[in-house]
Amino acid sequence: MSTTISNPALRWVDERFGAAKGVKTALNKVFPDHWSFMLGEIALYSFIILLLSGVYLTLFFVPSMTEVVYNGSFVPLKGVKMSEAYASSLDISFDVRGGLLMRQVHHWAALFFVGAMSVHMLRIFFTGAFRKPREVNWVIGTVLLLLGIVEGFLGYSLPDDLLSGTGLRISEGLILATPVIGTWASSLLFGGGFPGTDFIPRIFTIHILLIPGIILALVTVHMLLVVFHKHTQFPGPGRTNRNVVGYPLMPVYMAKAGGFFFIVFGITVLLGGLVTINPVWMFGPYVPNAVSAGSQPDWYMGFLDGAVRIMPALEYTIFNHTLSLSLIVPAMILPGIMVTLMALYPWIEAWASGDKREHHLLDRPRNAPTRTALGVMALTFYGILWISAGNDLIAITFGLSFNAITWTLRFALFIVPALAFWVTKRICLSLQRRDRDLLLHGRESGNIMRLPHGEFIEIHTPVDEAVRAKLLAKEDITPVLMPPTEDANGVALPRAGRQRLQAKVSAWFYGDNVPKPTEAELAEAEAHFAHLTDGQHHDHKEISSH
Amino acid sequence: MSDLVHHESSTTRPTPAPIPHALRRADIDPKAARRAERQVAIMFALSALFTVLFVIAFVAIDPSVEIGLPVIGTTSALNVSMGLTFGLAIFLIGTGAIHWAKKLMPDVEVVEERHEFASSAEDVAAASETFKVGAAESGVMSRPLIRRTLLGAMALFPIPLIVTLRDLGPDPATSKFHTMWRSGMRLHTDVSNQPIRAADIPVGNLINAIPDGLEEVEHEEGNLNERAKSVVVVVRIDPADIRSQQGGTAEEPWDYNGILAFSKVCTHVGCPISLYEQRTHHLLCPCHQSTFDLADGGKVVFGPAARPMPQLAITVDSEGYLVAQGDFTVPIGPSFWELS
Repeated sequence: MSTTISNPALRWVDERFGAAKGVKTALNKVFPDHWSFMLGEIALYSFIILLLSGVYLTLFFVPSMTEVVYNGSFVPLKGVKMSEAYASSLDISFDVRGGLLMRQVHHWAALFFVGAMSVHMLRIFFTGAFRKPREVNWVIGTVLLLLGIVEGFLGYSLPDDLLSGTGLRISEGLILATPVIGTWASSLLFGGGFPGTDFIPRIFTIHILLIPGIILALVTVHMLLVVFHKHTQFPGPGRTNRNVVGYPLMPVYMAKAGGFFFIVFGITVLLGGLVTINPVWMFGPYVPNAVSAGSQPDWYMGFLDGAVRIMPALEYTIFNHTLSLSLIVPAMILPGIMVTLMALYPWIEAWASGDKREHHLLDRPRNAPTRTALGVMALTFYGILWISAGNDLIAITFGLSFNAITWTLRFALFIVPALAFWVTKRICLSLQRRDRDLLLHGRESGNIMRLPHGEFIEIHTPVDEAVRAKLLAKEDITPVLMPPTEDANGVALPRAGRQRLQAKVSAWFYGDNVPKPTEAELAEAEAHFAHLTDGQHHDHKEISSH
Repeated sequence: MSDLVHHESSTTRPTPAPIPHALRRADIDPKAARRAERQVAIMFALSALFTVLFVIAFVAIDPSVEIGLPVIGTTSALNVSMGLTFGLAIFLIGTGAIHWAKKLMPDVEVVEERHEFASSAEDVAAASETFKVGAAESGVMSRPLIRRTLLGAMALFPIPLIVTLRDLGPDPATSKFHTMWRSGMRLHTDVSNQPIRAADIPVGNLINAIPDGLEEVEHEEGNLNERAKSVVVVVRIDPADIRSQQGGTAEEPWDYNGILAFSKVCTHVGCPISLYEQRTHHLLCPCHQSTFDLADGGKVVFGPAARPMPQLAITVDSEGYLVAQGDFTVPIGPSFWELS
């Protein structure tokens, strides 16, 4: 077969790797089109930009805490003692042409990376794209998000300026609070007391090799699984659970996705050139006895900082050992629970629905009201923690009592998410009713008609095929039935307790769903519309009654 | 296949087949197509131009030149030029490619069928059979002695990987329980490293202080570590306002005429505390807003910190300069497991 390849170079490749077969499959691969599918792409592209700009930065950055006297171009810090790490960060910013650009591109890309991953996960969550067979990819995504946050924090700590040192000091406090191993862990990480002279080279290696390596490996698996599972798609005409409708990789998707990489890259570089980010020269080198008020972490650390801020003081001595719950609860237990629930959510929902089928058609968020409401609830919880990280700024900006704000946030953390759950669920169910109404009664045409006896009615017309396809794709999930506790002979069933719990959770999840119209109801509605177009308006009452 | 079939049958009616498609201007009007072609080519050409401009900017612009720009403010001219030219060079490749795809490449959606993920029954049977035969031939189940010793060896072999981490740092032992403060050691101002004369401190003032001799500790010998532990704040409060202190007697008080010294390191996570409100004598941590009342033994009045700010007993020497009576009596900084 290979003799059919006339280009000698391509023939060389194919005879050694049999590439044509794979290329054929790859080029024909179909990708559905939707703006929200670009979020994951932004995350991937930001990671590539991080790798490129990061390699550049390693050529100039000196990961060393050896003390030097600065003698570079930035006049205000001339003659100041500082670590080589900070001095080289200043050199990158002022004396290496293109260094500041690359540093700022790297920082902007890091913000986009974590931001795009977060929003991408929200898209996956609210459309149910995590369901079978994609549960494992959801977990990989969760791990990637966590690694991205840790990696961002380490990168932020490397310049060894006053802000980064303050962040590290806080993390040292958190490490110390770890029960049993905390003191030792801190001593090993920092090579003795804080700050020591070891941590910059250590976290440098973790930042440029270990974590990026793991991220790269996981991103690869993540992408391979997307290719293997094929992309999900929103419901619409011609789209079923068994096909993918979209553009082939060659040429359209390649041009669009490839072009989009250049757009993301281009915007990042423009920002790096025009918008200052993390001006490391502002606050000077890190000295452990100085701090700047109002210093804020990068946005993705905000929720953790907020949780630590609004946690009430709580510390116990147990068996002669100190347990600092002030830190253990907000910085270890809380994020632990958040991440665990997030990672396990696909299984929680599958258990509640009893649904073992594959899902390739995405849900519209309203059609999974409990999931959507849970998502909004979690998001509100996260949002309040995030706002809490700025409680001092709120107090100063609005001239309010700092204590009152903190107490408000402590209560809000529990009340507002619950309210958000309830409101979201009601909105979803209302939208479901509207969809049902559209299918059965059509949309308002704007044409008013007067009937012989004087009554005015508005003519309703059936929705078009595209909308109809979208609405009909709604899946109604019947809650798991409550099983009996004993069999016909009165013998207790062994697994009844668990099954009854499942049934209860299932009823909570799916009990108040507004069902999609049945075949009969749809047929009846169609008959009405048919009558209308015939000019016979027997049942106008029903058509207008809603 | 069963899962998919089940799903389809559960749908009330089959999804209508036709995928909507409308022709674009460029599909029917050759002029529009040529226009789109020109637009794409212009974007690519501009990109190339900006790359050339980037190189020119890199060579020609002096890195020390600053320019003022609206909104952005004063910034490096070279950095802005490089960001603009390089950014646009990249951005225009992207917009060109997407414009090309949207206007000129086929926009007819195609359908690809999904495949079943689960293996066929035969494959499952064959795989399981092969595995069982292999497992039986290895004797892993029939020779428990080998199995158990192997499991034991496998469980133990990573231990050296953990043990070798031991020398990353010293045994923290008692290092967290003391600082370099000693009896008679003078308090020096943090910035100018001068001894502090008690008479020079007015009521309401706050001074950041370090131990005499800290500046002479070499960087390699842990100057920053000592600095992180021993830094204190010195305040002078009207003695009538002082409600309590952490120690001292009427004869040997821990303050000197209302001059008190406290650790500057927050007992929450260790941020250096910097905000002092002289009217209330409250010391506020900028990181998580723990608030300490210095007139009341450094007690926590608000926020997440659980322990009072450790007080350093001070007095004056024969020349009237502030000196420490000794080290802190409790560990400074954040809580840790061995604290109590």
